[in-house]
Amino acid sequence: MSLFFNYTLNGISNGMIYSALALALVLIFRATKIINFAQGAAGMMTTFIASSLLAHGVSYWWAFVLVLAIGFAFGAMTERILIRPLQGKSELNPVIVTIGLLVVLEGVAGAIYGNASRGFPAAYSQSGLTFGHSRIAFSHFDVFILVAVLVLMIAILILFRATTLGLRMRASAFAGEISRLLGVRVGILLTLGWGLAGIAGSLTGLLVAPTSSFGPYYMDLVLVYAFTGAVIGGLESPVGALIGGLVTGLCISYVGGYLGSGLEPMGALVLLMVALMARPEGLFSRPAARRV
Amino acid sequence: MLEIKDLSVSYGAVRALRSVSFEAQPGSITAVLGANGAGKTTLLRTISGLVRPRTGSVHFNGEELLGRRVETIARQGVAHVPEGRGIIEELTVEENLRLATLWCLKRRERQTAIEEILELFPRLMGFRHRHASTLSGGERQMLVLGRALISRPRLLLLDEPSLGLAPLVTAQLMGLLRDHATGTDVTVVLVEQNARSALSVSQHAVVLNLGEVVVSSSAAEVAADEGLRHHYLGF
Ligand SMILES: Nc1ncnc2c1ncn2[C@@H]1O[C@H](COP(=O)(O)OP(=O)(O)OP(=O)(O)O)[C@@H](O)[C@H]1O
Ligand SMILES: [Mg+2]
Repeated sequence: MSLFFNYTLNGISNGMIYSALALALVLIFRATKIINFAQGAAGMMTTFIASSLLAHGVSYWWAFVLVLAIGFAFGAMTERILIRPLQGKSELNPVIVTIGLLVVLEGVAGAIYGNASRGFPAAYSQSGLTFGHSRIAFSHFDVFILVAVLVLMIAILILFRATTLGLRMRASAFAGEISRLLGVRVGILLTLGWGLAGIAGSLTGLLVAPTSSFGPYYMDLVLVYAFTGAVIGGLESPVGALIGGLVTGLCISYVGGYLGSGLEPMGALVLLMVALMARPEGLFSRPAARRV
Repeated sequence: MLEIKDLSVSYGAVRALRSVSFEAQPGSITAVLGANGAGKTTLLRTISGLVRPRTGSVHFNGEELLGRRVETIARQGVAHVPEGRGIIEELTVEENLRLATLWCLKRRERQTAIEEILELFPRLMGFRHRHASTLSGGERQMLVLGRALISRPRLLLLDEPSLGLAPLVTAQLMGLLRDHATGTDVTVVLVEQNARSALSVSQHAVVLNLGEVVVSSSAAEVAADEGLRHHYLGF
């Protein structure tokens, strides 16, 4: 029972991280129907920048904020420079470009920082919290993960639900041409969407690095898990990304705990297959809307 | 006034518009009629900037529209109700309406404008917080029309607004359009398959055939010309 409890806590903490990256994938997918395979690698790159900043004596929180801003700029630039020129042709073209970007980023990171994995500090203690005599598999840092991802999710939801900027962003994402006919500057809003995704990606990079072997490739598996979560969540809504990420995190934690950690990626693959087969458009998306 | 001169549009080898010229006056409705594939939708999409023509010019109140961005043209007071899927299904009825007010109305004017439109289409009143995807075909048309009117456009481009509507609703809609056009100085270009009802509310009519203007004259003359009606309009 206590094993199950700890696996669950571990699953929630990891699941929140997958949710954040799933959110990034969803923000881009629903606006452009592109899966950004470079999203994790971009987070890896900005985390290396954070690592350099920390090495130069910048405080953790300054580095944290700066790196989220850099993530925003990097996401926005990716859209403007690499994706925008390919618009209007096959949706596969930009997807292939993001795979190219993934490879380039990992190559560049390896060339600059080396391929060996290194350490990355956590914002808070990583030893489990204790209640009375028992220690649980949930640390101060896990609490921070929970709070950081929830704050991001809530901020995005407020943006989308309660502001006119969010209304414009949703409209441009769902119906670009009609929005333009209504005077909405769709181009800039798409760029903004990629920027927000960049923030979520950077945050993921910072949250994963302390608990994994931080190096050029440490985000690869996280991207696969996040993608699984995004598909489970229907690839359309932030709330779906949150739930999908959590489901993925929990499943993988149970698989790793009870069956062995080597089977985790296999577990994710099975989960992804089931999610895709159960409902091709995802579990939480609305049924295909009726057309006139 | 809308002045279209010598407009030609091609999609690859398909010549959708061939040297189309006509004028549409403010405070009146100009019907654009013609068979399927005649180029009506292409004409409207060219005016609102969605399609780039090979040659020609589109002037509205003396200003050239061609070459400007779609959203810039919209912000000059051009409202285009596209064919078919004009609503944004993922948004609620009220959000659809609000979206059209963002560039032209101040924050506190927006809600008043939304209420005015909902009063114009009372059927939508109870559905304001519903997703637009749940509306019936007729309700959707009311919503797109309301959304076009809410920005108080100076040029209103309507692509088959009566598509899928019951005859009675079509009549109401046409009446509403006529009242709106004559009450203000808006220029209305009305594309319709339903030539008879379009002509009944229009002052001017343009008949397209295979991308060419066959006739451009008063609606009454077109309606009275039996040969023309038979040949191109099917009634
Ligand atoms: N995107 C496109 N690519 C290629 N050809 C097109 C495209 N859009 C329209 N066409 C062609 O251009 C011609 C004019 O089409 P358009 O849609 O303007 O006709 P329409 O008068 O609106 O017809 P309908 O009454 O059926 O709506 C048709 O032959 C059509 O096949
Ligand atoms: Mg048409």
